[in-house]
Amino acid sequence: MTVLQIAALAAVALGGAAVVLAPDPLRQVLVLGIYGMSLTVLFFVFQDPDVALSEIVVSTVGLPVMVLLALRKVSEHQKERERQQQGEET
Amino acid sequence: MNRRGRLGLFALAGAGLAAVLVIGFTGLPDFGSYHGVYGRVITGVAVTLRHGTDTITALNFDIRGFDTLGEEFILFASVLGIVLILRQLRGEQEEPHQEESEEHHFAGASAALRALGLTLIPTILAIGVYIVVHGQITPGGGFQGGVILAAAPLGAFIAGRYLGMKTIAPHVVIELGDALGAAGYALIGLSGLVFVGIFFKNTIPLGIPGHLLSGGQLDVASVFVGLEVSGAFLVAWTEFFDQALIVKRGSQ
Amino acid sequence: MSFLPFAIAAWLFVFGLYGVVSSNNLVRTIISLTVVQSSTYLVLLGVGYVHGGAGAIFADIPATAKTVDPVVQVLVLTDIVIEATVTGLLLAMAVQAHKRFGSLDPHDMRALQD
Repeated sequence: MTVLQIAALAAVALGGAAVVLAPDPLRQVLVLGIYGMSLTVLFFVFQDPDVALSEIVVSTVGLPVMVLLALRKVSEHQKERERQQQGEET
Repeated sequence: MNRRGRLGLFALAGAGLAAVLVIGFTGLPDFGSYHGVYGRVITGVAVTLRHGTDTITALNFDIRGFDTLGEEFILFASVLGIVLILRQLRGEQEEPHQEESEEHHFAGASAALRALGLTLIPTILAIGVYIVVHGQITPGGGFQGGVILAAAPLGAFIAGRYLGMKTIAPHVVIELGDALGAAGYALIGLSGLVFVGIFFKNTIPLGIPGHLLSGGQLDVASVFVGLEVSGAFLVAWTEFFDQALIVKRGSQ
Repeated sequence: MSFLPFAIAAWLFVFGLYGVVSSNNLVRTIISLTVVQSSTYLVLLGVGYVHGGAGAIFADIPATAKTVDPVVQVLVLTDIVIEATVTGLLLAMAVQAHKRFGSLDPHDMRALQD
């Protein structure tokens, strides 16, 4: 095992823990993007360029876009709900 | 049960699971001493049999093309699911594809951001097409190039106008691309059945290994799968975008 | 030291499961599932690695050179793209659940009651 592989594995282990321990979903998305980059480096160092190519776009752009849009939609629903409740009270 | 009870139970179960996993993994051959026979056989014959120097694309679309058919249709079906759920959600408030709907106003994107976003679109498009088309020679292929192609219209969104992105990648075009890609790949398999009698057997003449049109079925399958993957991702993103950003005119 | 990739895969698997179990937000659960999935990629690629092997592209190396196993790479690369879309489907369901129940907390969601 080369030093590069050991370093990439350590980065992946830390990144995975960071994704789970992030405080709220918005921050989790950003850490997920960085975790995806570390996975890409790991795949590259394991001599798998094809896998690295597919992971790089999916994990930095593909998944975070969907999560951020879902979070935005949810917060909009929340605001509309609160506005409706205020409208009922007054 | 409350949260602490749940976490306590998980501590027990998690420790047990970790122990079982570690014991199981020690039964595998050592990291780096690969014992498989199938992989060695494939790397020995792939270039001479399939005339494609990228073994992985040759496996993906020719030697194990049947598995890729199943996986591609999982992609198709899950995007279909996303569209169904989100359009039904939206249909309760407004009609889809309403022409008069406007988007939420962005804080104005600066001129530099706009210029960067617009230069990104043709660059990413060119890289994506290069990777799809060269799948049989260098690392690349349908899946990898497809996701890169899907990321290209996002440059218009970064430049500040979501409706600009819809002009570059309108609904009809991306849905058509998705459907054509999926159908095209299945038709390649059927063409093997019709012309030679074996599903997914190569019927297109092979070329010289290392040249562009060398893989026969590999080139065509890469293009179809690239079309399908990029169409699928764009359809999914557009549905999420429409959910979050399009406002019915007059409701706010 | 040669056990490290599999140890880290087990670590990611259990940590991701901890994320799923301890989450109070559906989106958090979905993102922790992504971590669990990535542990499976690590196991597959760890099985296929060959010491001193090159990438399985024969464009510039002779056909008898030692390379890593290409079959597991095919499995992992299609898997990565597909799991992203399936995660999108889960997110769409989470948005639908929020509309129905008013919150993303799994404990606030009861069985269908009309």
